Order: sequence, then C-alpha cells, then structure tokens
Amino acid sequence: MARVKLDNYVIADAPRLGLRGWLRWIWRQVTSMRVALILLLLLALASIPGSVLPQWPQDAAATRQFISDNAFWGPVLDATGFLDVFGSAWFTAIYVLLFASLIGCIAPRAAHHYRELRRPVAATPRSLARYEGAGPETVASSPDDAVAAARAALRPRAGRLGALTGYRVRVDRREDGSLALAAETGHVRELGNLVFHASLVLVLLAVAYGTLFTYRGQAIVVEGRSFTNAVVAYDTFSSGSLFDPADLDPFTLRLDSLDAEFSDTGRPLHFQANVTFTEPGEDAVRTDISVNHPLESGDAKIYLQGNGYAPVITVRDAAGEVAFSGPVVFLAQDAAYTSTGVIKVPDVSTGEQLGFKATLYPTFLEGPFAVASIHPDPANPVIEMLAYTGDLGLDSGVPQNVYRLDESQLSPVQDADGQPVTLRLALGETVELPDGLGSVTFEELPRYGAFDLRADPSLPYLLVAAMLTLAGLAVSLFASRRKVWVVARSEGAATVVSGAAYAPAHDAGVAAVLERAMAAAAGREATAPAGEREPS
Amino acid sequence: MNPTDLSVMALGGATVLYAIAMVAYAIRLARVADDKVAARAAVAVPAGGAADGLPVEAAAPASSPGAKAAKAAGIARSTTLVGAALHAVGLAARGIDAGHVPWSNMYEYTISGSFFAVLVFLIVQRRRDIAFLGAGVTGFATVALGLALTVLYKDVDTLPPALQSYWLVIHVSIATIVTGIFAVSFIATALQLMRDSRDRGTRWTGDRVRWLDAVPSAPALEALSFRLNAVGFVLWTFTVMAGAIWAEHAWGRYWGWDPKEVWSFVIWVLYAAYLHARTTQGWAGRRSAWLAIAGFAALIANFTVVNLFFQGLHTYAGS
Repeated sequence: MARVKLDNYVIADAPRLGLRGWLRWIWRQVTSMRVALILLLLLALASIPGSVLPQWPQDAAATRQFISDNAFWGPVLDATGFLDVFGSAWFTAIYVLLFASLIGCIAPRAAHHYRELRRPVAATPRSLARYEGAGPETVASSPDDAVAAARAALRPRAGRLGALTGYRVRVDRREDGSLALAAETGHVRELGNLVFHASLVLVLLAVAYGTLFTYRGQAIVVEGRSFTNAVVAYDTFSSGSLFDPADLDPFTLRLDSLDAEFSDTGRPLHFQANVTFTEPGEDAVRTDISVNHPLESGDAKIYLQGNGYAPVITVRDAAGEVAFSGPVVFLAQDAAYTSTGVIKVPDVSTGEQLGFKATLYPTFLEGPFAVASIHPDPANPVIEMLAYTGDLGLDSGVPQNVYRLDESQLSPVQDADGQPVTLRLALGETVELPDGLGSVTFEELPRYGAFDLRADPSLPYLLVAAMLTLAGLAVSLFASRRKVWVVARSEGAATVVSGAAYAPAHDAGVAAVLERAMAAAAGREATAPAGEREPS
Repeated sequence: MNPTDLSVMALGGATVLYAIAMVAYAIRLARVADDKVAARAAVAVPAGGAADGLPVEAAAPASSPGAKAAKAAGIARSTTLVGAALHAVGLAARGIDAGHVPWSNMYEYTISGSFFAVLVFLIVQRRRDIAFLGAGVTGFATVALGLALTVLYKDVDTLPPALQSYWLVIHVSIATIVTGIFAVSFIATALQLMRDSRDRGTRWTGDRVRWLDAVPSAPALEALSFRLNAVGFVLWTFTVMAGAIWAEHAWGRYWGWDPKEVWSFVIWVLYAAYLHARTTQGWAGRRSAWLAIAGFAALIANFTVVNLFFQGLHTYAGS
C-alpha cells in the first residue's frame, strides 16, 4: 500500500500497481479508442514513405541506384527500413499494436453484445420530454388496442430482413394505469461492427497464411520453345518459407506463337501467347494467355507479363566453326521496342572468346545524326552490335547477369584506324568480323513471352474474409439504431397516446417510424414524413 | 457533328452553366443570410423604435421574404440540372467516341468524377434541402471541367491491353463515384468547420462571410457529411477490394504496395480514423472533421501527385 493524496483533504491508502497492475494499465491504454486512433494515423503516416522512396521489394534496381546516388542518406534510410517500409520493424510494430488494440477492443464488446442481446428491452423512461416527441393525441380505442396497433406497426414488413432488423419490444403496465410500449432496434449495427473488425483479423491471418505457402516464378519462353515447371527452369523463383518444391505440378508449356498487335502509332493493342499446355498424364491442350487472362492450372495461375524479341544469332569463329547459334533474349528499352541484348560466345575452337553488345531496331530508320526504331513491329529489323574479344569471365565461378557483358577482361574489336567497329545486320544478313575473327549471322526474329507463375493458397480465404469485412462494414454503418416509445393512458372514456423517439443525429428517418407507430395507435393514416428538409 | 466535337461542346456548355449556377447559389446564400438579418431586425424593432416609422421600412422587405433568394435558387437549380444533362451528354459522347467506358485516363476521370459529384448533390437534394452546398459543388465541377478541357484534354484512344478488362468498369467506376461523394461531403465538412468557427467567434466572424449564417448549424452539417462519408467509405472499401481482385488477375498479386495502392490504403485508413474519431471523446466535432478533410486531400493527392509524379503500375492513369 502507498499513501496517495486524492485531493487537498483526503489522503487514502491505494494499492501499488505492481507488475500485474502495470500490465493491465498498458493493456487498457493499448485497447483505448484514443490509442487506436493514434495508431491508425501513424499507420497512414508511416505508409507514405513507401510511395515516395524507392522500395527494395518493388524496384530493387532503382533502390540500389538511389543508395549509390545518395552517399549519406541512402545507407541511413536503408538501415532504418525506409527503403522497405512495409517490411520494416516499425511498420510491423504499428500494425501489430493496432491489431492487438482491435482484438482487445472487440473481444469484450462481443461478450457485452451477447449479454445485451439476452437482456430485456429497457423500460420506457418516466418522462418522454427529453426526446423528440409526438402527440399527445386523443383516440377512441382502448389503451390496450392502441398499444397493440403501435406494436404491430413496428413489426418488420414482410420481405425484409425482418428477424435481424426488426424492433425488440416490451410493454409495461405502469402504476398509474397507463400502458407503455418500448421498442428498440440496432443490435445488428453492433453485430456488423463486430463482424467487420473480426473479419479484418481474418484478412490479416489469410495474408499471413498466403505468405508462408505462396510461390512465384518468372520464365522467358521463346516462340517454338517449351518450359517445364520445375524450380530450376525459372529465371527467378521465390517462395514462402513453408513451400515445398515437390508441390510444383510438372506441366510443360510450349509457346507456339506470340501475337503482338500495335496501332499505326505504335500503341499496344493486344498481346496474346498461343500455347500448348500439357499436364503429366494428360493430353496436350492448345489455349492462350493474354494480359488480364491468365491460364489456371490447379492452384497456380500463369500470367503473360511481358514480351519482346529474341533474335536468332549464329556466330562462326576464326576457323569457320559454329561457336554459337540460338535465340538471344533482348529487353525492350522503349515503346518502339528498341531492345538491347548481349551475346556471349565462350566456346570458340580457336583464338579468344567473343562477346557482343547489341541493339535491335524492329523498324530501323537512319536519320542524319542518329538511328532509331520508329515502330514496335518488325518491319525493317536491324541489329547493331559492338564486338569484343578476350575473356568473358564466365570461368571465374561468379554468377553473371546474362543481360550484361563484363568488359573488365575484354577489348573492343577495332578497325584499321583504331576505332571500335559497329556491325550492322539486317534480317538474314551475315557480317564478317575484322581481322578474320569470324562472322555473325542474323537468322530469324522470333518473339518471346515473359511468363509469371504464381500460386497463393490463401486467395479463397482472403476473398471470403474481404467480403465479410465489406458486409459487416455496411451493416455497421447503415443499420439504424433507434428507440421508439408509445405511452397510452385512459382519460375518462378516451385514450390519450403520446410517443417519443431517439436516434443519433444523422438518422433523420426515425421521425417517420414514430409517425407510423403513432398513426397506428390512433387508427389514422400516417401523414407523409414532414420531410427531412431543414429550413435553411 | 462528330462525337468528339459533341462531347467537347457539351462539356464546355456544362462548364459555363455550372459557373452560372455557382454564382446563383452564392447569391442565394447571401440573400438567405440577409433575410435572416431582416427577420431579426423586424422582431427587434418594435421593442425599440416603433414610433419612428421604422417598422414600416422593416416591413417592406418582409412583404416578400425570401423572394430574391427563391429566384436565385430557381436559377441555380435549373442551370445545374441543364448543366448536368449536358455533362451527361458529353460523357456519353466521349464513351461512344472512344468505344470504351469514359474513365481510362486523367481527362476522362476528371470529367466523370465531377459529373458524379454533381449527380450525388442532385440525388441528395431530392431528399433534403442541401442548396447551401450548391455553390461549392458547382464550383468544384466548374474548376474540374475547366481544368479537364484545357489542361488534361486527350484525344480518344484505344485501351492499352492492361485495361482491357471488365474490372475497368467495376473498379474504376466505383472509384470515380466515391470521388464524387467524398467531394460533396468535403464541402459539407468545410462549411461545418467554418460555421463552427463563426459560432465560436474564433474565425470567419466578419460581415463579409455573413452567408455562413445561412448554412445549417455545425452539428447538422456534421450529420450530413457523416452520412455521405459512411457511404463513401463502404464504396471505397469495395474499390480497394475490387482493385485487389483485378490486380491478382492482371499482375499476379493482389497487393504489391504500388504507389497507387499505398495511397488508396492511406485514404482508407484516414477515413477509418475519421469514423473512429467521431465517437471518441475529445475528437468528435472539429478534430474528426479535420481527419475527413485529410482523407479528401489524400484522395486528391492520389489522383494528381501519384498519377503525375510517381512511377508505378498505374502509370497509364497519367496519360
């Protein structure tokens, strides 16, 4: 016990908080509405850097660039999680606290609501003067009939969600002989509120479940080639920590052709991959994949995420032997599909290794100062390339980017004047390299499709949780919370009926309900609601 | 006349009519405020100077109380209605011209979002008298349409493959409708804050903003904006969910913290905070109103700043 000064006159013995007391105090703080509000605002505020600064998960290249461009702030922001906001400790802390607050708030409320539902309706207040009232009206029928009529009027109309949205009613015979009807509705509002908040927890759980079991891979497939679904076949592959690679369905996907339509101005109109899809033990199916129309295979979906050109290049070495032949994936750099690619030729029979940095112009146009592609369609495809000789660095064991040439041990092939030689090849052409190094042929120009395969077993659960969230939210905001009272008492031979209603300020419809009940009690036609029109 | 010209001319006509309606609504507000002052004077005079013949002067305007206001209101209402009809024609012509729903780039969002703002105003106006919002709503529509026609205008074009989906109809239409609802409720909230300040005597107390006396009390405005915000919040929740379903369909993931997604989340959280604040002691009233204002500011930022300056998957929205 500690002596605590309550005010200037009273000093009382108050219990020390102790560990349990402190924990309880902290819990009470976390679950208070005020703290929930502050956490919500913090959540909004903390999200904003995630849209302003480059983020690792969204764009690793831009993030790396940002860090190297900003010698001081780059590493500082990276270390403090600002370059991966939504995976950072502080963002996680905010939403974990928020959900703790939410659970701590709705669990007791759910229990309270359950008890509330079982409790009888509160009796009609002694005086109705505090509330928006109606009457008194003198009616002919007896108090019992008047109240019974009012009660019938408050019964939900047929066809509506009556049982849920109807009024719970109680009738008391008071000491003064009057009959008091108390009706209230609004329990679905709180129910919706609870469903909404509980469903948010379900959403979070579904997302967490998905994160553990999801997998996603990217693969580039050139026209006429196939892809077999296995982790090693992907260019990149990532998965949740509980994903088992043996779960991959070993289907084969052959890209028969890739249709790419462009308008005359080069705007993309339609992309479609025509594929042959074969699941093990089943017949091959010819189908197509296009943007917004993924191919579904079991749990997984296969998306067409990109496309481009993969020119087939053949390189002959100094001895005239074919040292390289095959499609090379070029990455489009602009809307006219000016694309860049790299050809690495390590397996030459004589001499040094060869490397090429190439640019493809699908519709080549040479101006006075520059060359460009003017349309993404291959109307006049030309490849320009720079050749290098030396060591490609492939034997060092360090994994290399296939789209980049490591020039550290390479030297550009030069002409007699010592200038680097730019080779230019139209489709079908062969160009000899200087100094008898060999030749390069531009054989064909197939397209490729960039496919994305993704499976997330949580999606059905997430959808259900989301729909529950929406339904709960709508009910919690639109269901009305109203109380209506009608009191009837005998005055001589006549019966005097008065009524009152209570609803939150934004609910203007309650007046009509009260009028309905009053009209029924008085046995007259309900007047049209005097209007929610406010004099202004 | 081809659909392109029809669309632009109808939208131009709507802009002009909205501008006229805005002026008429403003005049109406000022007249209503004048009438209130006159009515108060008429009540006050007999106590003081009945002998000076002042009651006669005071009675003169009282013979036609609200006549000028009613005239202005009539002009305002009819120009708004005709403006909205022209606006609808402009939108429909644009849609027919383009061969797809008229909300696939910034120009089209702007013309459809401002249309929905006016439409929401007209629908609510049928049920309750909210003429006091008229100047704000038609002003908003005038500015939005004016900017759309002058700065944001884009010739019709085919849809890029990423937008070729029925989700464009579902997700984006609801998003534009929500923008309209939140715009109307924003105006009510702004009026609520101004009126509240005037009543407290802290700001907006001058005679030049006497029209504020003609708008309903701060609690009445709060109740109105709450109802709109509640509808808006439910629809915004739907927008975000529909967007997630579409993203799963098109990009292979339902949520990826793309800048547009980040800001949609921020907007959702801000309006959620507003709804909580309304029922929290010390936050109800002014503070919760400021949260609604912040939510609308984020909505506008999501439409302007995010479209124009941030790189993301939604970049075609800026074109």
